[in-house]
Amino acid sequence: MKAFTRHTGVGVPLRCSDVDTDQIIPAAYLKGVSRTGFQDGLFAAWRAREDFVLNHDAYRNGSVLVAGPDFGTGSSREHAVWALLDYGFRAVISPRFGDIFRGNAGKQGLLAAQCERADVEALWDVLETGPGSEVTVDLVEQTVRAKDLTVDFTIDGYTRWRLLEGLDDIALSLRHARQIDAFEAQRPSWLPTTTT
Amino acid sequence: MGRTLAAKVWDAHVVHRGGSDPDDDLRGAAPDLLYIDLHLVHEVTSPQAFDGLRLAARRLRRPDLTIATEDHNVPTTDIELPIADAVSRTQMETLRRNCAEFGVRLHPMGDLEQGIVHVMGPQLGLTQPGMTVVCGDSHTSTHGAFGALAFGIGTSEVEHVLATQTLPLRPFKTMAVIVQSRDGTLPTGVTSKDIILAVIARIGTGGAAGYILEYRGNVIEQLSMEARMTICNMSIEAGARAGMIAPDATTFAYLAGRPHAPAGAQWDAAMRYWSGLHTDADATFDVQVHVDADALTPFVTWGTNPGQGLPLSERVPDPEQMSDEGERCAARKALAYMGLQPGTPLREIAVDTVFLGSCTNGRIEDLRAAAAVLAGRQVREGVRMLVVPGSMRVRAQAEAEGLHEVFTAAGAQWRSAGCSMCLGMNSDQLAAGERCASTSNRNFEGRQGTGGRTHLVSPLVAAATAIRGTLSSPTDLN
Ligand code: SF4
Repeated sequence: MKAFTRHTGVGVPLRCSDVDTDQIIPAAYLKGVSRTGFQDGLFAAWRAREDFVLNHDAYRNGSVLVAGPDFGTGSSREHAVWALLDYGFRAVISPRFGDIFRGNAGKQGLLAAQCERADVEALWDVLETGPGSEVTVDLVEQTVRAKDLTVDFTIDGYTRWRLLEGLDDIALSLRHARQIDAFEAQRPSWLPTTTT
Repeated sequence: MGRTLAAKVWDAHVVHRGGSDPDDDLRGAAPDLLYIDLHLVHEVTSPQAFDGLRLAARRLRRPDLTIATEDHNVPTTDIELPIADAVSRTQMETLRRNCAEFGVRLHPMGDLEQGIVHVMGPQLGLTQPGMTVVCGDSHTSTHGAFGALAFGIGTSEVEHVLATQTLPLRPFKTMAVIVQSRDGTLPTGVTSKDIILAVIARIGTGGAAGYILEYRGNVIEQLSMEARMTICNMSIEAGARAGMIAPDATTFAYLAGRPHAPAGAQWDAAMRYWSGLHTDADATFDVQVHVDADALTPFVTWGTNPGQGLPLSERVPDPEQMSDEGERCAARKALAYMGLQPGTPLREIAVDTVFLGSCTNGRIEDLRAAAAVLAGRQVREGVRMLVVPGSMRVRAQAEAEGLHEVFTAAGAQWRSAGCSMCLGMNSDQLAAGERCASTSNRNFEGRQGTGGRTHLVSPLVAAATAIRGTLSSPTDLN
């Protein structure tokens, strides 16, 4: 997992609430055998519409999604997070997230930043009056900046710590590599192995 | 203070105790880090995990504690031909590539050890008492029959185990399920499948959520290993993460001489550890459930979750008579899906298909039990019966015993090993509206094919049902 301290990129205003994971990536796109390549499934149904925000040149290469409340509710599919990351998003801002989505995001290094609703609306205004404007999301200071606007966001302490350190669960467990080595050294020799 | 079996196995695998780091206070206590002794892999839940390893340039820490097979997607006919379904073929080819690249032993289609992942582990002697066993499949609880701590994991966790051979886990609660009869035997026609269906009907599909179950009592002690596996297999259907049974002489006799079981001095050393693997007399469980086995009769499900079951002698329940609002709604919905009328005797429900197989009831004893009922009899006209051995080794053994001839002479289809109609991921599916008596473990809507209707039953009930064409037990045949 890449560490996340500060990210600057094009902000995408998604004026929608209740964006469930079925909308983020429909079931038909779950059959893949790799963890990459889910970008085609991202908002697949919506991207078929010409007026969808990601179909505008100014937003096409966006990396910070600014969405309405209850983003990522519904099915637990980790594919929703994979699809956002594969497309190029590094952060999602919303007044409220689906629980499982937020957990999955934290595991995969996608920043789920929770902002006040009024602040999200202010961000939407900035991004819509100046399409293609950049947004800076700062995890150290816990702020979002766009043009002259600076707003705060919240995130739980344990996830923030893991993101700042760039530690996924695997990396965290590997911090105990010496203990794992030591444990292995004292495992009884009668335990089975699959290769012999 | 004594410890439970589960606690003993847990404690013996703690690599790092959660909450023991100085900065835990700042960021919330970390979970325990447990060492994993055996990781079973199959084609459906592993591709993204291997991909994750590659993306992070991590190695597979212990290929020698990892083993793979092909089961969920494999066809059970014409297995020597190329697989027709493109998605299945891609998943299988991906598994083969991943196993070759990371050095994982794989039992592919056509191999004698190939079969359902939870049949393969025990038959090889890889599942042993006191081990931690995981697999990207919820029915990993099966292996708890050996006194192992065994549970299903998600794809991210599969990757975690591949990379570290450990898993971060939060503590659990324990529930004792005590099954007793006067002399430890079961009434005629009652099997371990009936015990577990009755338990789930009693405590509900979420009744054991957050618990590890331990099955105890004189009836459990007298069960064969295969019957114990059937019970532990379905622990997950009660919501439990794992189910366990203390190892005993039956366990040791089953293990002795298996390919991966220890031998000689190693066996003696293992026995010293194994013989301590039982719940101490002064240990306590968080919850206890008692089952009077003398009162058990063959059990079947009528609804769309494994908790919606009743003795075969009963009638389809009337939702309006149920006191609980949630249960009433669920029952109404289930009966509409199942196409059943309240008050219909369960014995009068006619089926189109009978499925004998799965990791619940696809082992040799299950095939023997069903064959004994079918011998000299015919599957009723208009009913199709699929017999799908849990592994190719089970299939070979059944053929050595002539069981396949009993099945085919009765008019049943004798198939190759795999998950098959348990989840209908290959072409073994129910058509919409078709009704099936199935020895598998899940009767969810659409589980065996879109619109398909499933009644969970024991192998004995499956065989008798195939003969009579309606849900039946062997005693109905006389
Ligand atoms: S037989 Fe059914 S329950 Fe068992 S592993 Fe296969 S699909 Fe899962």
